[in-house]
Amino acid sequence: MIKKEPLIFEISSEDKRAFQLPPLDVPEEKNIIDKSLLREEIKDFPQLSESEITRHFTRLSQMNYCVDIGFYPLGSCTMKYNPKINEKVSSFTDFINSHPYFPEEVVQGNLEILKTAEEFLCEITGMDAFTLFPAAGAHGELTGMMIIRAYHESKKEPRKKVLIPDSAHGTNPASAHFSGYEIEEIPSNERGTVDVKKLKERLNEDVAALMVTNPNTLGVFEDEIFEISEILHSKGALLYMDGANLNALLGISRPREMGVDVIHLNLHKTFSTPHGGGGPGGGPVGVREKLIDFLPFPIIQRKNGKYFLDYDRPKSIGRIRAFYGNFLVVIKALAYILSIGAEGLKKVSQIAVLNSNYIRKSLEKFYYLPYKSPTLHECVFSDKWQNEFGIKTLDIAKRLMDYGFHPPTIYFPLIVSGALMIEPTESESKRELDLFIEAMKKIAREAKENPELLKSAPHKTPVRRLDEVRAARNLILKWSKKEK
Amino acid sequence: MDYLPLSEKEIKEMLEVIGVKTLEDLFKSIPEKIKLKEKLNLPGPLSEPELINYFQNLASKNKSSKFLSFLGAGAYPHFIPCIVDYLSQRGEFLTPYTPYQPELSQGTLQITFEFQTLICQLTGMDVSNASLYDGSTAMVEAALMAWRIRNKPKILISRAIHPEYREVARTYFKNLDIELIEINYNQKGETDIEELKEKIDNEVAGIIIQSPNFFGIIEKIEKISQIAHSSGIIMITTVIEPLSLAILKSPGECGADIVAGEGQSFGLPLSFGGPYLGILACKSEFVRQMPGRIVGETQDVEGKKGYVLTLSTREQHIRREKATSNICTNQAWCAIRATIYLTVMGKKGLRELAWQNLQKANYAKKELNKLEGLSIKFSGYFFNEFVVEFKKDPEEVNEKLREDGIIGGLCLRKYYPELENCMLMCITEIHQKNHIDKLVKSLERILKN
Amino acid sequence: MYPKDFYYTKDHEWIQVKGDTGTVGVTDFAQSHLGDIVYVELPKIGTKVKFHQTLGVIESVKAVADIYSPISGEIIEVNEELSNTPELINQDPHGKGWIAKIKIADETELQNLMTASEYEKFIEGQK
Repeated sequence: MIKKEPLIFEISSEDKRAFQLPPLDVPEEKNIIDKSLLREEIKDFPQLSESEITRHFTRLSQMNYCVDIGFYPLGSCTMKYNPKINEKVSSFTDFINSHPYFPEEVVQGNLEILKTAEEFLCEITGMDAFTLFPAAGAHGELTGMMIIRAYHESKKEPRKKVLIPDSAHGTNPASAHFSGYEIEEIPSNERGTVDVKKLKERLNEDVAALMVTNPNTLGVFEDEIFEISEILHSKGALLYMDGANLNALLGISRPREMGVDVIHLNLHKTFSTPHGGGGPGGGPVGVREKLIDFLPFPIIQRKNGKYFLDYDRPKSIGRIRAFYGNFLVVIKALAYILSIGAEGLKKVSQIAVLNSNYIRKSLEKFYYLPYKSPTLHECVFSDKWQNEFGIKTLDIAKRLMDYGFHPPTIYFPLIVSGALMIEPTESESKRELDLFIEAMKKIAREAKENPELLKSAPHKTPVRRLDEVRAARNLILKWSKKEK
Repeated sequence: MDYLPLSEKEIKEMLEVIGVKTLEDLFKSIPEKIKLKEKLNLPGPLSEPELINYFQNLASKNKSSKFLSFLGAGAYPHFIPCIVDYLSQRGEFLTPYTPYQPELSQGTLQITFEFQTLICQLTGMDVSNASLYDGSTAMVEAALMAWRIRNKPKILISRAIHPEYREVARTYFKNLDIELIEINYNQKGETDIEELKEKIDNEVAGIIIQSPNFFGIIEKIEKISQIAHSSGIIMITTVIEPLSLAILKSPGECGADIVAGEGQSFGLPLSFGGPYLGILACKSEFVRQMPGRIVGETQDVEGKKGYVLTLSTREQHIRREKATSNICTNQAWCAIRATIYLTVMGKKGLRELAWQNLQKANYAKKELNKLEGLSIKFSGYFFNEFVVEFKKDPEEVNEKLREDGIIGGLCLRKYYPELENCMLMCITEIHQKNHIDKLVKSLERILKN
Repeated sequence: MYPKDFYYTKDHEWIQVKGDTGTVGVTDFAQSHLGDIVYVELPKIGTKVKFHQTLGVIESVKAVADIYSPISGEIIEVNEELSNTPELINQDPHGKGWIAKIKIADETELQNLMTASEYEKFIEGQK
């Protein structure tokens, strides 16, 4: 395994070239632009040959763990297999070379893709319309919260607060805040679900919405969700669902029937589009009919078999980004839905939930489970039993790397101390799950018998326990030439 | 086609271990009342050949590849070396998660560190983040930075900035206590500096301009920076065609405090608008106000150099409602492509590419200017885009051009009513001389009638 | 462990009063929960603060915490050392890790704060 790779700036040297342009075919004019507007050649900009570039990036790629290499049980991330056919169809020339301002008659295929994807997502969730423009989940949340705000303002009741469970992902309060709302935290009960009694207490006409993740970040289904929606609606408030965990519900239950008014989905989670090391993703937002007017413009309409972009949306919240969203990502999600079909989607959720419960049952004697409620596609353990030997969740995570696995999500949700959130997804075979379970059991034993091994882990990776304190105290955020 | 690696036998074994009889038993926690009783109404499942057919059919409904296009306006057609696809499509770049576990992600982290460095070199800024969603949201984040840093409620924004970018800013700021004040452009197509000076008061936190601007015109960044700084205002420059940075003075050299930008020109195809690549860079004194992920260099327990995500405490997963932004996912894979692209083009290649863009656009402008019924609208210096004004209705002109297999520039009337006969044209290195000559000949014919 | 002549807040700040000046910092409990401190955002000299108003921010690798003023008054001095050595707060939170000095506007506000023994009982309850 590659252990050390210099930076492109360190490999660079004068006059190396990797790309040849065709010669200029128009008459050259020397003084088109005033010299005062021009810059000198960029000092220290890299110069490498093609073979050096190929080797550099190939070697760097070998330092990355990825879904194509192994198990990635990150809770709430749904690291499922990324089908390669999706890459192929999303790279057809007519898709990748279309300019966003091409006339509508010339891009009917693209518009049909957007409309079809919207309709499929409506069917899967029961929502009445979707916007596919948000670039990621958090972007979708912001869009959803803005829609909620516009709705209340149209009723001349701006309202001030949004209620958020203490188990929520950090993007929830951040998104609510950026929509101009105050946040109030709702505690979870001993089952790990939203405390309905406390909700009733806090609910008044100042509350615009409750943001809920379902299943929640403990993997537990909010079984009172329909009652919650009725309570909210009785006070004119709306129910927002963070759809990050939709992988547990496909073909089984729909947000519509739960009483949800606005939902965002994550295409790079539930719908198999690749994570890319941190994006691009897709965060479509679905709404019930009463909120359609507020969707960002344009919306895609179909009339007499022709598709067009409708900008005549006077109540729309406006634009949440330029152009039409991460179009190529939408193609991949659409391909995924088509390739597995309705029954396939249901099987996805059934197996995702099966795999997670298999892990839970196999490990519950080795790691402490703080909440005993039934869980769906993910489960959360804690390091409580290992604390006895001075071992923390971080140590367990680092030691897992030596066994060839990416660690689960750690220290989230915040309501569990030392949380270890495991979501296997449906992509994993029993063989892989058994190997993971074995590794976790071994680590539990090591914690007792040989804690130093965990504290000093990982041992087999190119770098070991990087000093994050040093990185934050002594900021080095780019390369600079060393003085000789 | 499904991607499930479990046999019926294994499913049974696992159900036994769990202690239930059927898969349905695992969903008892969901009330019956809200369970679906019927199958979802969706087509499929499609096999791989059927799936390819389906999308080929859709692709053929696009007629775009039959046309020669002169569209720019925030999305630029550039040649992408094949090695960018070849390397970026490796599973190790496409399928990992965010690098929260740095020991398993040194590839992504090091490339991001290289990306941050390249962006600083191009923009003349001290620090860059690891990317944002796109140029429009990057510009909004820059304005929010200025608002937080100066703690004042007004942002001055040039009307010569991309109209969709300004719409995004309006949408975001509607719900916050920020007032956006527009500054118009002058007859040279540049932001009106006199009007800018008039609108400055002690409530202004930041000034935003775009350069080259929406009309393709290069703005007087240095002059505007001086005006901004003399009043303690943050100077934000938005760069939507970053290829221009290879040859034009960087915003940093001209005194900008923050640079927001769109990186699509660096190795990302037009893609009907996305995924693109938001760029955000700033002076070192503002680094703690910068949203998004940032990669920093550090050492491990053995003293080996390594890279980690740093300054995460500003981010949503820790700071929650006090975060600098709600952003979580960025555009990491797009940043990887941009890094590969910039490395392939290299110091000399990128500059030569920018020079070719400049020359070809200039040639087009000169040839078009010879035509009757057409004039170049603005007299300022431009990079690879310029505005032409017709005596005819430009929508009609575009319709006739399409008959010749040409997609003309962007008609500006719906964004700028006062420019109702104008069109924004873009020429890059992909336009050969004979393409430009074809455009000129077609227009000559169309304008004569 | 907790100096007897200090007053303490529920948000884990301390104040040591000398005449009409109060020196302010965060407690050992706070620094141990935050972990390694990497950055401190200090207030500007001359800033007027009210009781429980944010006067600064402490950043560690895993958390950020607002520093709330334990008293109303005016900032007359800040500990510039913390700009280069924020870890002083971890090493000596009640001494060298002091954050700011305030000219006290209203001494009666001290009655809202806890004594050392009250604070020690309070954090026992937090565990």
